[in-house]
Amino acid sequence: MMKNIYAWLDERLGFDDMYKMLLDRPEPHGNWWNTLGSASLFLFIMQGVTGIFLTVYYAPTPDHAYDSIQYIMNDVAFGWLIRGMHHWGASLMVFVVFIHMLRTFFSASYKYPRELTWMVGSVLFLLTLGMGFTGYLLPFNQRAYWATVVATNIGGVVPGIGPFILRALRGGTDVSALTLSRFFSAHIWMLPAALAGLIGLHLYLIMRHGESAYPDQDD
Amino acid sequence: MASSHRISRRDFVKAVTATLSGVMGIAMGIPIISYLIDPALNVQSSEAWIPLGPLDGYPIGTPTAFSFTRSNINGWEKTVNSYGGFILRKSESESDILALSNRCTHLSCSVNWNEEREEYVCPCHDAQFDIEGEVNAGPPPHALDHFETKVEEGTLSVKFPAVLAHEG
Ligand code: HEM
Ligand code: FES
Repeated sequence: MMKNIYAWLDERLGFDDMYKMLLDRPEPHGNWWNTLGSASLFLFIMQGVTGIFLTVYYAPTPDHAYDSIQYIMNDVAFGWLIRGMHHWGASLMVFVVFIHMLRTFFSASYKYPRELTWMVGSVLFLLTLGMGFTGYLLPFNQRAYWATVVATNIGGVVPGIGPFILRALRGGTDVSALTLSRFFSAHIWMLPAALAGLIGLHLYLIMRHGESAYPDQDD
Repeated sequence: MASSHRISRRDFVKAVTATLSGVMGIAMGIPIISYLIDPALNVQSSEAWIPLGPLDGYPIGTPTAFSFTRSNINGWEKTVNSYGGFILRKSESESDILALSNRCTHLSCSVNWNEEREEYVCPCHDAQFDIEGEVNAGPPPHALDHFETKVEEGTLSVKFPAVLAHEG
């Protein structure tokens, strides 16, 4: 019975082919450094899941952001765990993505035909930093507030358009309720959507070209 | 495979991956479910005895105003509401006390005791209640609500919330 259902579905969806393509690809001899892309993907998913659960109690307004996080940390069952995972996972993800980038650099995996994989990867790295930048403001404590004041000021020193960039980032001249809600929107919708789409493209390119092989004596 | 005790590297990796995923799923699933249902499990009872000071402070025969506040905490939001009413001691006896709520049963304005007219008067639509809280005139549908009272070691307390007049 189950076998028949599976066969029926497989004939239409192609589970077996998908499995072969996604998880049973031939791989050259690699080493542990080759696992860092998958580790980045795992962390992206973990941040997504814990982040979704944080929005159940978090309130992105200056009046309530800080209190809602205190509530998550002190009163909700396992709130400390969900927030802790998201908090530490954020730093870990920047770190792991960066090491992944270093490994593809040192193994020269960015060369033909994987230039595009590298370029998409570079954007992924910038988006990952953007997640850290926007997420840092959300607790809306002193540290978050002043870090954002300073970091948005950095945008302000660009020659010519600096003051405009500053206002666009802050949603006005000051770090305010508008800054908090636009950072929140970027943090939970815009950047994750861009990341998810580009990770899809990145993975497609990896499947298309296969993992690059380390040269051996014959090369 | 020749010997049935040997497991291929592939199958080993598959088994380890499946086991680890299962362990992670359970290790995270339980906290996540408790996290989501937590507010549903913390029902705070609003019932409480509110001390109003020594019974000796309340004269016999004249309604005397009292008030208190109750705070309600929902997550990170705290709301404070104030309540009030009048204590009427009908005799020396500790059980002969009427604690009326000052909340008008029409649209919830606060009624005042009018000494000359011997009536509770509502400033909003001019309702009048007698000293026992029964409606004398005006739009209210029923008598004023009252609080249960108790006296312990000389201290008078009322029980929050008030007993609604139309619910007996
Ligand atoms: C959200 C961030 C990222 C995710 C989820 C991700 C995911 C992956 C995965 C799963 C692989 C295949 C396994 C591996 O080789 O480790 C991979 C390969 C690769 N990634 Fe990334 N990556 C990310 C960021 C980056 C960055 C920042 C760069 C460089 C700028 C980059 C460049 C590459 C390249 C060139 C390959 C091909 C490696 C090869 O063929 O040997 N990736 N990525
Ligand atoms: S609210 Fe008291 S009479 Fe209308």
